Amino acid sequence: MAADKQVTTTGLLGWIDERFPLTSNWRAHLSEYYAPKNFNFWYFFGSLALLLLVNQIVTGIFLTMHYKPDALLAFASVEYIMREVPYGWLIRYLHSTGASAFFIVVYLHMFRGLIYGSYKKPRELIWIFGVLIFLTLMGEAFFGYLLPWGQMSYWGAQVIVNLFGSVPFIGDDLSLWIRGDYVVSDATLNRFFAFHVIALPLAIIGLVAAHILALHEVGSNNPDGVEIKDNKDPKTGVPRDGIPFHPYYTVKDMFGSMVFLFVFSVIIFFAPEMGGYFLEHNNFLPANPLVTPEHIAPVWYFTPYYSILRAIPPMWESQFPGVAAMGLAVMVFFLLPWLDRCPVKSIRYRGASFKNWIAVFVISTLVLGYLGTVPIDVWGKFGAGVPLVSNTEVATWVARIFTILYFAFFALMPWYTKNEKTLPVPARVT
Amino acid sequence: MTIIKKLLVLLCFAPALALAAGGSWPLESAPLKPTDVTSLQSGASAFVNYCLNCHGVAHVRYTALKGIGLTDMQIRDNLLFTQPKVTNMMTVAMRPEDAKQWFGVPPPDLSVITRVRGADWLYGYLRAFYRDSNTMTGWNNAVFPNVAMPHALWELQGERAAIFAMEKDGHGGEHRVLKTLEPAKGGALTPLQYDQLAGDLVNFLVWASEPGAVERKRVGYYVLMVLGALVLLTYLLKAAFWKDVH
Repeated sequence: MAADKQVTTTGLLGWIDERFPLTSNWRAHLSEYYAPKNFNFWYFFGSLALLLLVNQIVTGIFLTMHYKPDALLAFASVEYIMREVPYGWLIRYLHSTGASAFFIVVYLHMFRGLIYGSYKKPRELIWIFGVLIFLTLMGEAFFGYLLPWGQMSYWGAQVIVNLFGSVPFIGDDLSLWIRGDYVVSDATLNRFFAFHVIALPLAIIGLVAAHILALHEVGSNNPDGVEIKDNKDPKTGVPRDGIPFHPYYTVKDMFGSMVFLFVFSVIIFFAPEMGGYFLEHNNFLPANPLVTPEHIAPVWYFTPYYSILRAIPPMWESQFPGVAAMGLAVMVFFLLPWLDRCPVKSIRYRGASFKNWIAVFVISTLVLGYLGTVPIDVWGKFGAGVPLVSNTEVATWVARIFTILYFAFFALMPWYTKNEKTLPVPARVT
Repeated sequence: MTIIKKLLVLLCFAPALALAAGGSWPLESAPLKPTDVTSLQSGASAFVNYCLNCHGVAHVRYTALKGIGLTDMQIRDNLLFTQPKVTNMMTVAMRPEDAKQWFGVPPPDLSVITRVRGADWLYGYLRAFYRDSNTMTGWNNAVFPNVAMPHALWELQGERAAIFAMEKDGHGGEHRVLKTLEPAKGGALTPLQYDQLAGDLVNFLVWASEPGAVERKRVGYYVLMVLGALVLLTYLLKAAFWKDVH
């Protein structure tokens, strides 16, 4: 028998520690994981994303107990949950509105990474795992959106699966393979259910674990972009600007979570549809394969990409360039650590060119996001509210210009960040 | 950073810019009274008598009407026409194939109709029927032009005639535009009483689309009170722990 493991703990904990790395993991990831002491508002969104992941999984489990993944029963089973399952309405709203909240939190979390340079060396893998989580989350949301089997569920899935049909040579077979039928049908609903409740959640949990392990390996960035590990107390080896994650950030994130839950509850209990943005009006019509809705719109979190798709005109009698551009708009995030050549991390000490391009990127995403919610055929009617968009023609060109600006933010980054006029970075966090 | 902060403020107002453009016929806001059981019961009664022959609310169980202050006995004696038991759903007896043959399209189920169309649209629709000899049913609707549905409440509202005017569009053409609806033949109710009945019907259908909505808001106030207290407590906890961080 191998020599007994030496542990400092006693009693039950000692018994466990001899057999399982409980105390050492507790220390490595919580009580002796040193995080910079200067986290600001933007640093709440990581823990909030985790909170929402738990929310989606727990409410999802309860929804699965009553939901029927069957084209004839699905719509009615959702209404059954809303009406007859005790507190079913709460579980459903927590899940459906939780999806929108998840994207709000994730977008803000990504934006935090963008402005403080959290994707830069040595954190490239954290960023890559993060983009993978984002991609998987988009798939998760897309598959989940079919399940209520409303008109938008059905036709949204039809439109997106048809996009794969535009892939050269294999397109038709590919979309047929995805749907399992010639149109979105019961077979599609069942496989999307399988992806939504088991395949992608497993992938997301694994990726989140990898994201956090990578983070704890290199340590957290902070609003000053200063590496706290460069300045350690020689005796203890603890970063001078670091504080143990537990209890400092656990109590701070508890406070952040309560503020978030307060705002979230205002929406859940008083405006769960958010005026049609979180739950689309037309999705309360049961799916009807024979009636195509006039306006098929994705939920708000996909609209910037949907705009890019619509902005690219068909080329060589193929829709594929638009589809490729839409895919590229998401995939390009992977390259960020290598596109940005400025050694300074935080926006606080970066030059005007980077700040301006960030502004261009944010404006482009918002404008494209807005245009994606607007039906093409009535774009002209919005002339009074949106000065630039006076008719369909103009709207299309506005979408095209902002699509170009969106990509220019990434494509030109190696040049505008190379000789950036940066400010001096302090030695310690401020 | 200031540009970004301004943008985030702008983002908060973006939904206001995106208010959907409505049709040409002006819609009044529906007189919604979600806790007024008299109005809800009057709406339920009108629905069962005038609508349920064609339109089901198939996701609503008869017993769910206890939620608007009725007893099982009252439901069975006054409202139970299409089903043998109060535990059944409020479906129509008409078969969809027959309905399609009679009306061209099967009348839609109205369980969640106000979540699709909105209460104001429905209130406007119920009050916008007029006589039109060009349609199959002899009726037309200002809110939903050329709708397949005849005016099911015509005995109550009476008949109305449409007044059209010719209007020039910007491209040199002329279009016939519906201007107003005028009373042509009186019904069993005065216009005021009819509007009230339409309001009760809409009120009932808003209730039917989410019977738990009143309860949802009631629970919501308690949840916010508890969370408000927790925000304060966790803030004090955070402040106590962070005292020594400088």
